[in-house]
Amino acid sequence: MKFTLNVWRQPDHGTAGGFERHQVDEIDGEASFLEMLDVLNERIVHDGGVAIAYDRDCMEGICGSCDLLIDGIPHGPRQVTSCQTYMRDFPDGAEISVEPFRNSAFGVIRDLVVDRSPLDRIIEAGGYISVTSGPKPEPNTNPVHPEAQEHAMDAAVCIACGACVAACPNGSAMLFTGAKVAHLNSLPQGEPERFDRAHDMVTQHDAEGFGGCSNHGECQAVCPQEISIKVIGELYADYRKAMVHRLRARRGSIKAQ
Amino acid sequence: MSLDLDPKIPDGAIGAKWHNWLDTHKLVGPRNRNEYKIIVVGTGLAGASAASTLAGMGYRVDCFCYQDSARRAHSIAAQGGINATKDYANEGDSVHRLFVDTLKGGDFRAREANVWRLAELSTGIIDQAVAQGVPFNREYGGMLATRSFGGVLVERTFYCRGQTGQQLLLGAYQALQKQVHAGQAEIHTRHEMLDLVMIDGEARGIVTRDLRTGEIEAHPADAVVLASGGYCNVYYLSTNAKNCNVTAIWRAHKRGAGFANPCFTQIHPTCIPQSGDYQSKLTLMSESLRNDGRIWVPRDKDEERAPGDIPEEERFYYLEERYPRYGNLVPRDVASRQAKIVCDEGLGVGATGRGVYLDFRDAIDKKGEETIAGRYGNLFSLYERITGDSPWETPMKIYPAPHYSMGGLWVDYKLQTTIPGLFAIGESNFSDHGANRLGASAMMQCLADGYFILPHTITDHLAQQHDECDAGNPAYAEGVERCRERLDELMSIGGSTAPGVFHRRLGAVMLDKCGITRVEEGLVEAIDDIREIRDDFWSDLAIGGSGEELNQTLEHAGRLADFFELADLMCRDAIERDESAGCHLREEHQTDEGEAVRNDDEYARVHVWEFTENGDGPSLHHEALEFEVVEPTARSYK
Repeated sequence: MKFTLNVWRQPDHGTAGGFERHQVDEIDGEASFLEMLDVLNERIVHDGGVAIAYDRDCMEGICGSCDLLIDGIPHGPRQVTSCQTYMRDFPDGAEISVEPFRNSAFGVIRDLVVDRSPLDRIIEAGGYISVTSGPKPEPNTNPVHPEAQEHAMDAAVCIACGACVAACPNGSAMLFTGAKVAHLNSLPQGEPERFDRAHDMVTQHDAEGFGGCSNHGECQAVCPQEISIKVIGELYADYRKAMVHRLRARRGSIKAQ
Repeated sequence: MSLDLDPKIPDGAIGAKWHNWLDTHKLVGPRNRNEYKIIVVGTGLAGASAASTLAGMGYRVDCFCYQDSARRAHSIAAQGGINATKDYANEGDSVHRLFVDTLKGGDFRAREANVWRLAELSTGIIDQAVAQGVPFNREYGGMLATRSFGGVLVERTFYCRGQTGQQLLLGAYQALQKQVHAGQAEIHTRHEMLDLVMIDGEARGIVTRDLRTGEIEAHPADAVVLASGGYCNVYYLSTNAKNCNVTAIWRAHKRGAGFANPCFTQIHPTCIPQSGDYQSKLTLMSESLRNDGRIWVPRDKDEERAPGDIPEEERFYYLEERYPRYGNLVPRDVASRQAKIVCDEGLGVGATGRGVYLDFRDAIDKKGEETIAGRYGNLFSLYERITGDSPWETPMKIYPAPHYSMGGLWVDYKLQTTIPGLFAIGESNFSDHGANRLGASAMMQCLADGYFILPHTITDHLAQQHDECDAGNPAYAEGVERCRERLDELMSIGGSTAPGVFHRRLGAVMLDKCGITRVEEGLVEAIDDIREIRDDFWSDLAIGGSGEELNQTLEHAGRLADFFELADLMCRDAIERDESAGCHLREEHQTDEGEAVRNDDEYARVHVWEFTENGDGPSLHHEALEFEVVEPTARSYK
């Protein structure tokens, strides 16, 4: 198969970028999008050029490293990660544009590589259960309803790729934030911190410069893990209660040190 | 030269050793812990669990990972599950049984005391993970669910659908992020360790390259923990993530850390077969599929019918026929070898003839679609996404692929390498899996090392350390300079071939000659082949761009340069180990049926290699393995 690619090239965050046109031919339809880029890169390097920079690692859709905006859609046409988008998904001879995930909170580092550290900082703000390492009680003394476990797991599978952010017209990271809150808040272990978690993570989300959710639903349409926008509703429910809870607290909320 | 290879195993009966250690090791008081800085390289299950635990105890922790977030380490891709001897299924499971299974699975090439400790700590890991909110699968009554895995006869594997590694890693990652928030830990993402800094014979820091800017910097510390994973990318095509590499442990090896059993690399039986030359990695399908899937090939070499049209009597269920007791659940090395044998006989399926069927037809008939979907639904869709075929309609095609390196840095019972102050945990050390790792044991080992073992052994080291770390010591500047020179050397080759081309050549040689089976003649040839590819690399490499910016081609070239040196050592080690053991099948030493034949009289020992600069090549040392609890027997899964 052969393709024409319009690839975003940008030397660093401070320099303006632009599209660069490449013809790639003799591509096997079974090659993944990233493997096609590898073939192109080897040719570029062979011809004395500089390879296109892009993030990837596990190549099986679970690490969340890869993050290409393919023809304007995060990860491309099939609602899977970029590494699991295959060239057989495109017609032979297609012209395809490749850009980094666009969001004002994600700065471009180089070419297609962006800085997604804001997502780590949202987790840092409260996306955990405060336990130290060491002996813990026997888990079967605290049964978890399989439905609660399934519910938690549906949200916990988030890979933090940032596709939801790139797809959202508001540039919101609410699907990401909601997924972590829904995971931890639906388990009994997450109960004690549930309101602080919702409050602190949303506060950090806003501080990073992400926009709010207004139910466009673009996030769930591109999420490679098929996380439902329902998690945002759950997050808001806990966030609202958190605000009331904070008003009621007599000595301020009690937080983990 | 010599290496101190005393494993320093505590006194007492096997079940008392770890408790003796805990009772007697030296402690650092809570108020003093903040005085110590510990570096942790790698943020997978081992690194993140160790870093979060140490920071939680009050030490200052500096973490480094090459990914853009600690959560992306390749532990995230582990699918199947994690072993623990809870015996919820009431099958008579026990620490002793997990110990024996692991030791036997490793073909008696691991240290008894370490394996026992691992088995003993297994249950605590589940408790810890549940407390962190890891959503393990549950039975209807809300109790934790378990399933069985290759090489064992009990159900002791805990799982989160097919994403157990992801969930366990997120548990550890979240605990680590909490410590970052508390100011106790710092994570340096997009940083790669390029060298170890030694002062007075002790590990006192590392040199890193900031992958975003190319800046090379030294980081002083009181102790260094390597949790940098395995080296199966030496085969180019493997189930490891694309950027997994040997550099951190190889640099430590070149500074004096002994490298143990480098030739012990596991070839995993259930991967999606290669489809073409452009392919950059292989995808693993969880071994748990072998619980319900039946493995077969057509009996007729010239079979052209679709698999569904081949009648029962013309299907060769080779594992069930050859190993009636374990059937499709034989250990990984046996399953891989048998797949190679039937494909060598010309019975293989798929475009390349290197594939066998993994068929769920009978399981779906017997147990119903719902049950099978609950167990493997996401694996089925993963397979379909990659191949375009649906396992609901047609059998999967699978073939073995390099997956895990049992070899790694030699460590004693304290997980300390031959360099004082340098510790290695998780896949980067050699310690617990012998010559073959059983399924669902990798995550167990990583988390046991990180949550429960290292925190109590590194403390002992720190408590005995008297010199404060001197950040002005010239060793740091020298380390930076050495790394800069090496990168300049790579950048200045000025050839015309990208690193990937050399990497594919190296991988082909290693897979062919140091892969599922090995033979002395082939290994000797491989050493010459590797030298030739390495010479071509150093004369014709092209990188492009500069070293002072994000340059992924340069990163790849640097890692590959280390893989060449490792590959050479792997072949030497495979020659020196003139027996078959676990994954290491020397064709000279096998039964008529292709089973490994060990030589316990001569090779019940760990091979530990020391790097030398004098041109004579690496020198070999031994740690003898003594078996006091279990008598080594020939492994039989028939």
